[in-house]
Amino acid sequence: MSTLTTDPRPEAQGVRSGDVPLHALLAEFATPGELMHAAEAVRKAGFRWWDCHTPFPVHGLDKAMGIKPTILPILVFGAGATGTAVGFALQAFTNSSALTLWAIVWVTGYPFLISGKPLLSTPAFVPVMFELTILLAATSTVFLMLLFNGLPWLHHPLFRSERFRRVTDDKFVLVIQARDPKFSRGKTEQFLRTLNPVAVEAVEA
Amino acid sequence: MTTLRADQAFLPSGEPDNTVEVPGTRAPLVFNHDSFHAVTETVCKVPEAKSPPLIWTLGFLLALMCTGMLGFMVTYLIFTGVGVWGLNNPVSWAFDITNFVFWVGIGHAGTLISAILFLFRQKWRTGINRFAEAMTIFAVICAGLFPGIHIGRVWLAYWLFPIPNQMEMWPQFRSPLLWDVFAVSTYFTVSLLFWYVGMIPDLATLRDRATGRIQQFGYGLFALGWRGSNRHWHRYERAYLLLAALSTPLVLSVHSVVSFDFAVSQLPGWHSTIFPPYFVAGAIFSGFAMVVTLAVPARQLFGLKNIITIRHLDNMNKVILVTGCMVGYAYSVEFFVAWYSGAMYEKFAFVNRAFGQYWWAYWIMVSCNVITPQLFWFKAIRTSIPLMFILSIFVNVGMWFERFVIIVTSLANDFLPTSWDTFVPTWVDVGTMVGAFGLFFTLFLLFCRYLPMIAMAEVKAIMPQANPHAGPGPGPGTGPGPGTGPGIGHAAAHSHGEGAHP
Repeated sequence: MSTLTTDPRPEAQGVRSGDVPLHALLAEFATPGELMHAAEAVRKAGFRWWDCHTPFPVHGLDKAMGIKPTILPILVFGAGATGTAVGFALQAFTNSSALTLWAIVWVTGYPFLISGKPLLSTPAFVPVMFELTILLAATSTVFLMLLFNGLPWLHHPLFRSERFRRVTDDKFVLVIQARDPKFSRGKTEQFLRTLNPVAVEAVEA
Repeated sequence: MTTLRADQAFLPSGEPDNTVEVPGTRAPLVFNHDSFHAVTETVCKVPEAKSPPLIWTLGFLLALMCTGMLGFMVTYLIFTGVGVWGLNNPVSWAFDITNFVFWVGIGHAGTLISAILFLFRQKWRTGINRFAEAMTIFAVICAGLFPGIHIGRVWLAYWLFPIPNQMEMWPQFRSPLLWDVFAVSTYFTVSLLFWYVGMIPDLATLRDRATGRIQQFGYGLFALGWRGSNRHWHRYERAYLLLAALSTPLVLSVHSVVSFDFAVSQLPGWHSTIFPPYFVAGAIFSGFAMVVTLAVPARQLFGLKNIITIRHLDNMNKVILVTGCMVGYAYSVEFFVAWYSGAMYEKFAFVNRAFGQYWWAYWIMVSCNVITPQLFWFKAIRTSIPLMFILSIFVNVGMWFERFVIIVTSLANDFLPTSWDTFVPTWVDVGTMVGAFGLFFTLFLLFCRYLPMIAMAEVKAIMPQANPHAGPGPGPGTGPGPGTGPGIGHAAAHSHGEGAHP
């Protein structure tokens, strides 16, 4: 399989391909358009453990790859609604009630009488409820996005490839992982070559 | 008719003019970058340079000295008490809150560019959003300093937050000042997240190009292992859209809440229903002026003229013109309402503002904020680099004085003439104000030197060859199209090459 790789390191030259487990096969494309055609072909071929890597989000690639819409917005809505409820509860408890309850320590509310306004003056609580809605929704957006993406994950087998480093610059790469049930080193490489890539490379696990 | 073609026109300064609208085509937003790699090179060469430009070093030293002065002023204040400021009995807020409102306002342009222009699919935002957002963060840091130090007993600042304490006391949530605590801290957190999330792909670019161990580790750590996976991009884009959608009402709420600090009180000159929209317009006005003030030298110094083009600057000047008109309108409506209300104190407050002991501050404000932006009706001024830089500084000065006028003139002469007094700033007041600028520029210059100043991934996504339907390009990137002027990357009309899609 010496034709497979252009990685200059000796261990990547393919001679040990029989005994070193493979992470994936990587195919590089010159333009987003070519990558998108390749992605459509890979999806139609029935692969499941594969991905495209691009320097920027390519418009239409989600559809070509058959990625289902993320449930992130629904969860963020839930987080925002929690923020509203927490905002109201916090202010109603601390400023409008004399309740004592346990929140890590024992705390007691203090009914503030301010310029003869009602104790539970909800309109005055709206700004803080709003800010907490945004705060919880925005922080959960970021943390859930990272969680679903499996990040941070500082090391990854793909980073072994010199070629892969250009993905964050200007190269477009399609990766089929060895764990895919349909994966077979020879056949998958042949298949990738039919998609007109610039190069195909093996990445060790 | 060469001037009708956007890609063939040039400004008197020699820069290509992409401000002209050519029917049926999109104006090019990036010049002289035929490939994605060229954009990476242009942006990355700043943080990758061995040593910064000399002007950067000199500016940084100056800013650092001012920051040191700020540290001294704040320490002196804490050890001595707020009496070191020129505050007196009626004027209990002066430079401190003026600086606070000024800096919060500066921040608003960054969020407007990053969130509101994103929702409106304004592609030109990609050239300027990164450093406008950085400006927001640093401005909010400066803003957050002032309420912290003006409270007198700084060591009791935790009373601002609902933390269980030995006195069993809670903050008073019906007060706009407490709403402000929540608004500004939420604003800072969300702006920081928005800025950082936008920067993750670009930090990954710097990580993958880094040669030194420190850079590899530093950029690698903060890039979180980003590898440009399209399954990741899918969630990332959705998250970015959500952040934009959340930041838009947030930014409007923050300055509205800041204005409530005044409007909810009963002081003539403050007690006004126009304040929330008036403050938001003023914030965007001053913030855009600060973006221009920073963008003009930055694009010159770091060779970014082909990415922050004259069209970007022209658009920003148009925003300054529009918001400047809104601010001018608000000034006149305030006077009209004071007269129409028939309230003696209200009428006096405004006549006093224009002709009382602070008349000079009022007229500096009017000339800088009402007259100056009107010059941007002329295209020659909107596209002249030196003129726009000078005018943007005038707007910055004017907007600082606007807050000073609102706060100090209203407090100095309120209901009872026997309790009137005049505020005169002390050297500590002035030193703290200058020091805050030092802190702002220190942080901003560090950002320029070590972080990607341009959102590379976003700029690449708006280039014509990013459109997957553009067809295979010959070799590295798509070459200039037919009829394109020499050396200018073409921007063919394409139907849907958005950086993100809903």
